Amino acid sequence: MKIKEKTAVQVIGHVVLIVLALAAVLPFLLMIVASFTDSDWATANGFSFFPGQWSLEAYEYIANQWQTIGQAYLMTFLVTIIGTALSLLVVCLFAYGVSHTNYPGMKLLNFLCVFTMLFNGGIVTSYYVWTNYFHIRDTFWALVLPNLLMSAFNVMLVKNYFKFSIPESLLEAARIDGAGEIRIFAKIVLPLSLPILATIGLMTAIAYWNDWTNGLYYLTDRGGSHLFTIQLVLNKINENINFLAQNASALGGGVDVSSLPATTARMAIAVVGILPILIAYPFFQRFFVKGIMLGGVKE
Amino acid sequence: MSARTASAKAGPVQETAKLPVFGRKKRKYHWKRMWPVYLMTVPGLIYMICNNYLPMFGIVIAFKKLNFAKGIFASPWCGLENFEFLFRSSTAFTIIRNTVLYNVVFIILGNVIAIAVAVLLNEIRSRRASKVYQSVILLPYLMSWVVASYLFYALLASDTGMINNFILEPLGLEPVNWYSEKQYWPVILTVVYIWKNVGYQMIIYLSSIVSISPEYYEAATIDGATKWQQIRKITLPLLKPTVITLLILAVGRIFASDFGLFYQVPRNSGALYETTQTIDVYVYNALMRQSDYGMSSAASVFQSVVGFVLVMVTNFIARKTNKESALF
Repeated sequence: MKIKEKTAVQVIGHVVLIVLALAAVLPFLLMIVASFTDSDWATANGFSFFPGQWSLEAYEYIANQWQTIGQAYLMTFLVTIIGTALSLLVVCLFAYGVSHTNYPGMKLLNFLCVFTMLFNGGIVTSYYVWTNYFHIRDTFWALVLPNLLMSAFNVMLVKNYFKFSIPESLLEAARIDGAGEIRIFAKIVLPLSLPILATIGLMTAIAYWNDWTNGLYYLTDRGGSHLFTIQLVLNKINENINFLAQNASALGGGVDVSSLPATTARMAIAVVGILPILIAYPFFQRFFVKGIMLGGVKE
Repeated sequence: MSARTASAKAGPVQETAKLPVFGRKKRKYHWKRMWPVYLMTVPGLIYMICNNYLPMFGIVIAFKKLNFAKGIFASPWCGLENFEFLFRSSTAFTIIRNTVLYNVVFIILGNVIAIAVAVLLNEIRSRRASKVYQSVILLPYLMSWVVASYLFYALLASDTGMINNFILEPLGLEPVNWYSEKQYWPVILTVVYIWKNVGYQMIIYLSSIVSISPEYYEAATIDGATKWQQIRKITLPLLKPTVITLLILAVGRIFASDFGLFYQVPRNSGALYETTQTIDVYVYNALMRQSDYGMSSAASVFQSVVGFVLVMVTNFIARKTNKESALF
């Protein structure tokens, strides 16, 4: 009786989880297969897991358009690397500061940081401030600075790590030996904080890699398209198609559709965009899960 | 540097006694030692002023008739005019209803499914299989909403979409123009939301299930409790604090919506607005498409202020009922 119940639980568990896992990956699989489908066949028959005709033409299109797509790739990497590095720097410095809770004023600074999680001015005023006071529109920094650079939550995590996971006796010893605070930070605190830095660094990098809202708000087509990341190129294609779809009747079919990539090529661009993440996922998966657990109460 | 070495000579004990870090004595600060620490907080402080505090004070924009030449603070006041315009329009009701209703559905369904999946994952005996399921179910959470819009376009496109061509057609059903028929979207958006977020929530619940002491289960097994009884009487009750904390957070954010989900997945299609437009999408369209600072700022400020009040109220209630589940 007992054994029967145990096997039943296992079987039900596996079946349900396999179904869910399939639901999670099948859309990706469809996109990948679609990118290898002959575009004429896809137009006539639709996207399928078993296309009647395979083709590499979508990837030939990407190879021909490499100037645009390669540029977008380069921008994605630049934004991700520079953004993550700057973010870690600002977050760690600030967190180290506010971890000195016995210094006068540090509690206030910490409160100012926590308060940003509770209240914000909303996107309209942020947009106004960044574009009218800091003139960030159509610059590289538009992709790095707004919103993403310093997350109050990451500050909290790092601060707590500094305070509770680094043995106080070690810092005391260094102080007695005459090491200054900057020296202690660089030589003792940071090297001992690598686990938390790896975790929040990964989460920040993913946020930068996936970001498209900053570009949507702060890059214009005319002046900022050379700064488009892969996400923004994908978004732009979407916008163009939506524009055509919504204005097709008004324009009387006289629209130049040839300037848009074929449906299969669009899928190929999306595949190229997620490929680095898909390849790296098995390696950083552990840290990603840890990051989610740490951030469990974040959202 | 010289000052530090000089004071170091005075002997370690006296030196440490002077430092506020250990100082139980009178407030006597060693500024020479402390200023670099203050200096370290400067970049973060400047960033918060630019990114968070200036926009916070900028909410006065909603009470002003914006004049670009004069800037926010010199523009003339217009009282509640912007809010009046907003709330007199029919969209105000639609966007607030959509935002709140979707959030309610997402909170209930999202949590129920995530808990169910987490419980199942915990029951799987093979560690390796469990890890694989976890990683795979988490995969959508890793992708941007733009990519998600491509994935669902491959399924839903009216001409080439898989659902129309390979599911509805073989069944003898009429193809559906998904991106212009609004009645389907409450279901589509809910499915997409769960598809993308269930992995994330599942991990959070799983981590608190794993921390439940195995002794409870051992005792229950000895007493002859079935798996289902164990889940109902041990796992679920012990998950309650986590659930409550997540609920408080979610209720506090009930006026916020995931811009990517509601903007990218329905492809910002005007025909769908009635069932897909939320406050965040409306603010984007009003600001960036119509350059309407009055309406967009009114909606956005309304959202932040109500959101703030809700966070404070829910946290207050949580604190009154159970101190541990309060956030602050």
